[in-house]
Amino acid sequence: MIAHAIFFYTFSIIAVVSAIMVTASKNTVHSVFFLILDFISISCLFIMIGAEFLGMIMLIVYVGAVAVLFLFVVMMLNVAQQKNQWFAGEQSSRHIPVGLIISTLIFFEIIIVIGGWKYKPEIFDINNSIAQTSISNTHSLGQILYTDYIHVFQISGMILLVAMVGAIVLTFRQRSGLKRQSYIKQISRERAEGVEVLEVQSNKGVKIDD
Amino acid sequence: MIDIGLGHYLTLGAVIFSIGVIGIFLNRKNIIVILMSIELILLAVNINLVAFSIYLGDLAGQVFTLFILTVAAAEAAIGLAIIVVYFRNSGTIRVEEIDKLKG
Repeated sequence: MIAHAIFFYTFSIIAVVSAIMVTASKNTVHSVFFLILDFISISCLFIMIGAEFLGMIMLIVYVGAVAVLFLFVVMMLNVAQQKNQWFAGEQSSRHIPVGLIISTLIFFEIIIVIGGWKYKPEIFDINNSIAQTSISNTHSLGQILYTDYIHVFQISGMILLVAMVGAIVLTFRQRSGLKRQSYIKQISRERAEGVEVLEVQSNKGVKIDD
Repeated sequence: MIDIGLGHYLTLGAVIFSIGVIGIFLNRKNIIVILMSIELILLAVNINLVAFSIYLGDLAGQVFTLFILTVAAAEAAIGLAIIVVYFRNSGTIRVEEIDKLKG
């Protein structure tokens, strides 16, 4: 139990500090790195609490794909030199009190909901939770994901397909003035339009006009 | 304090959610950081769902976390594609200079 507490506080402090650094960092590349650190510590928490499949998926999807995508775009757009400062210019200082007030309000609302919510302690006994069953987390998740939630699963696949097509369509650009090979044109070329048979007279030569 | 329960995880989710909201409001320079703040908010929602799923013994929360993960990945891809197109067309992604919609 004490090890649980130690690991929880370690990972959650790392997560909160790196989440603050994501928003406060001056350099956008550093923000992406702190985002990666945040994802890693949260996935460690997931693995610790017993949702090991989701922790691994978080590592693969977020750190392996999303954060690298962010890093790629940040590097490609070359915005790392644009300093990302909170308190620069009068344009930004207008929004700071509003943002702070709204987010502290949201935070205290959630805390009040959590603190004032009375639950029976025996419901949340760790002994009757899924961590104590014999089959693993991944196994049980797969058992309900492909049976009860199969339609939602397929819809999420469609969402990914639409996102992929949308990203390609958005960023695809047809450049003008670029010479390309046209396979249709090459294959459908006939002999008659490429070759001409001439009757060559002696000592006259052939005049090619093109 | 030592006994880690559901409330600790929910508080962690609340803290990260609020940091994400602060990041959206306070960051006026770079729109990529706003997308990262949205990712933080979705992460906080995931923490809540997983904590409830574990402590209630119901796997539906983890299934929903998977779907949130899917939607978050799709949203990041589309958002970054829009940012790339906008940067190509107008040469800037600073938040105060993006006023094409005159909002």
